Amino acid sequence: MFDNVWLIPLFPLIGFLINGLFGKKIKNEAVIGGIGTLMIFFSFLVSCGILMQMIGLPPEQRVFEKVVFPWIHCGNFKADMAFLVDPLSCVMIMVVTGVGSLIHLYSIGYMHGEEGFYRFFAYLNLFCMSMLLLVLGSNMLVMFIGWEGVGLCSYLLIGYYFHKKSAGDAAKKAFVMNRVGDFGFLIGLFTLYWWFGSNHNIWTINFTEIKAASHLLPYGGVVTVATLCFFVGATGKSAQIPLFTWLPDAMEGPTPVSALIHAATMVTAGVYMIGRMSFVFIKSPETMMVIAVVGAATAIFAATIGTAQNDIKRVLAYSTVSQLGYMFLAMGVGAFTAGIFHLMTHAFFKACLFLGSGSVIHSMHHALHKIHSHDDAQDMRNMGGLRKAMPITFITFLVSTIAISGIPGFSGFFSKDEILWMSFSNAYHGNLNIVLWGIGAAAALLTAFYMFRLVFMTFFGECRIKPEAKSYLHESPLVITIPLMVLGVLAAVGGYLGMPKIFGMLPNYFEHWLEPVFELATEYGSKYAQHGAHPSHTLEWGLMGLSVVIALVGIATAFTMYVKNTELPGKFVATFPALHRAVYNKWYVDELYDFLFVNPCKALGQFLWKGFDIVIVDGVVNGVANVVMGISGIFRYMQSGYIYNYAFSMALGVVVMLGYYIFK
Amino acid sequence: MENLNSYLIMSAILFAIGTIGVLTRKNVIVIFMCVEMMLNAANLSFVAFSRHLGNMDGQIFVFFIMTVAAAEAAVGLALIIAFYNNKESIDVDDVSIMKW
Repeated sequence: MFDNVWLIPLFPLIGFLINGLFGKKIKNEAVIGGIGTLMIFFSFLVSCGILMQMIGLPPEQRVFEKVVFPWIHCGNFKADMAFLVDPLSCVMIMVVTGVGSLIHLYSIGYMHGEEGFYRFFAYLNLFCMSMLLLVLGSNMLVMFIGWEGVGLCSYLLIGYYFHKKSAGDAAKKAFVMNRVGDFGFLIGLFTLYWWFGSNHNIWTINFTEIKAASHLLPYGGVVTVATLCFFVGATGKSAQIPLFTWLPDAMEGPTPVSALIHAATMVTAGVYMIGRMSFVFIKSPETMMVIAVVGAATAIFAATIGTAQNDIKRVLAYSTVSQLGYMFLAMGVGAFTAGIFHLMTHAFFKACLFLGSGSVIHSMHHALHKIHSHDDAQDMRNMGGLRKAMPITFITFLVSTIAISGIPGFSGFFSKDEILWMSFSNAYHGNLNIVLWGIGAAAALLTAFYMFRLVFMTFFGECRIKPEAKSYLHESPLVITIPLMVLGVLAAVGGYLGMPKIFGMLPNYFEHWLEPVFELATEYGSKYAQHGAHPSHTLEWGLMGLSVVIALVGIATAFTMYVKNTELPGKFVATFPALHRAVYNKWYVDELYDFLFVNPCKALGQFLWKGFDIVIVDGVVNGVANVVMGISGIFRYMQSGYIYNYAFSMALGVVVMLGYYIFK
Repeated sequence: MENLNSYLIMSAILFAIGTIGVLTRKNVIVIFMCVEMMLNAANLSFVAFSRHLGNMDGQIFVFFIMTVAAAEAAVGLALIIAFYNNKESIDVDDVSIMKW
């Protein structure tokens, strides 16, 4: 089965080619959607086969490299189109193809009747292929193709409604910010390649070879430079401070895109990349610190913004940024397994939340369209009381919300609590631990609050949609609700794969599964970890209880403010107008970036256009032409057109030449 | 052949007259006749040298030149007719469009 790993990215590629080249001719939505969904489903089946085979192998044999074809062999440089199958990439392909298949299925219903239906599925397939290349690539260059490919598909799909200026702008913003990150990725790659090559004559970009040679890397120094560059790449792709502002704008794309690309898969690429190179990152304590701090800061920062947004998808977008912050916090405190685990559970519940919000928007849009209303179908202030009209959407949405809020028994609890516990008990950051934990816990409070605010505003209370539209609200068709139900179940039970040890009920399968991948990183980390007193089980239980209390407090606050006492939010806004304005306007980060980067760039462009291009470049080109014209203006009078003039100059020439030879 | 010089001087005078005619006259046919005169001046020099050196090569060249002159006359007269058909004139001042 391992040998067939190349089929996994191939199927979506075939789907992309069929739908991209012939989709316009096929026209039939069932055929186009069917091809797109089946192709990724085939990949899922192959992935399942690989997973099964890997489970059957002893842990130390769970690495396999498949060279599909030699790609670039040039002097010392060698890069093959090769795939790496190990427990980590196995988790990723399962998430990408599994969640991807469900979202493809959902899209058939959601995108029904859209212009460019085939275009959507072609891009979606292309995205899946790129993402699979990213997670399967056995060297940094294959990974980079995927890295760029998902960025491109993200751009194409955010700008799917390209006739809307806001969508086009959002797509460009995402692309440009990602490019900033990609630049960091490339510099990191070059640094690592150059260092290994010039110091140890190991010219390689292959992960396995780097891993084998990683004991040569020093602690800090060049590794800090390289890993910080890689981390810049990760912040761009995974929407961390400072490069996070593109993700909320990316909600201009269709909702399945938000679910697949901007929640479940692409934005986790940065986390995966750090996991893939954990043995390099851990060698730089400084970088680990930076990652942990940036992750924690992003988690709390995005969570605060999420509390004041009214657009249902924007709340989820900020929630995604915040949850990605958790994953980076986990990576930064050396809890790689917990980070990847949260990546997986987050993929389940956040995809479910996005698809659920899509189902709500779909229904709202339909109802508002029927009464020819131009109200915003995504604004939660127009919703309310939808649980009766859309029971399946409501239940799956509620389950996922409980999961993300961290209520025991649901997947988010296990992964988030693991991260909080690890950020408290890790041995890498000394006194910073308590701060990291505090920020993480505060973000958990806000998460529970804004997620239940979302649920209460959307599904509970009075129905605020125009009364005549009410009767048109209906539950979405099965093709939409089936993925919701599957993801809802996964969001509920996915966490049991990685139960904390102190529960003593189930072994932590997930940790054992990923152990061979992160073993080396843990070993390197222990070289500089401070081994203090081992935190007791009582403390772990205590903190776990505390985080549950925190989640419950957040839920209770949301319940008081948005169900019981609905005038409370208004009062709060009236009491702290400045604070509300700042949060509502996303802390003015966009404006700050416009001021710091965008406007200076525009001014520079304007100068280079008006000052450099027109004056200097055009001046040189036109000047040369003018000089030539001026000189020929003088000499053109020699060309009189009279034959005897030409004959005379001929004769004169002969006389001169003869005279020269005679009298010399 | 003591008086080779007188033949050469005669040839030079003929050539100069032809050249000046080509440069000064406007009528194409006259220019054409002047060109013929220049060719014949050259022929005279060839024959004189051939006789002076006792070598027949020069005289063979003269035949070649006469042949070329005949061909040239045919082409040139055809050109003149084409020119006249277009412009109703055989004055070279009327074909001065090849200029700036």
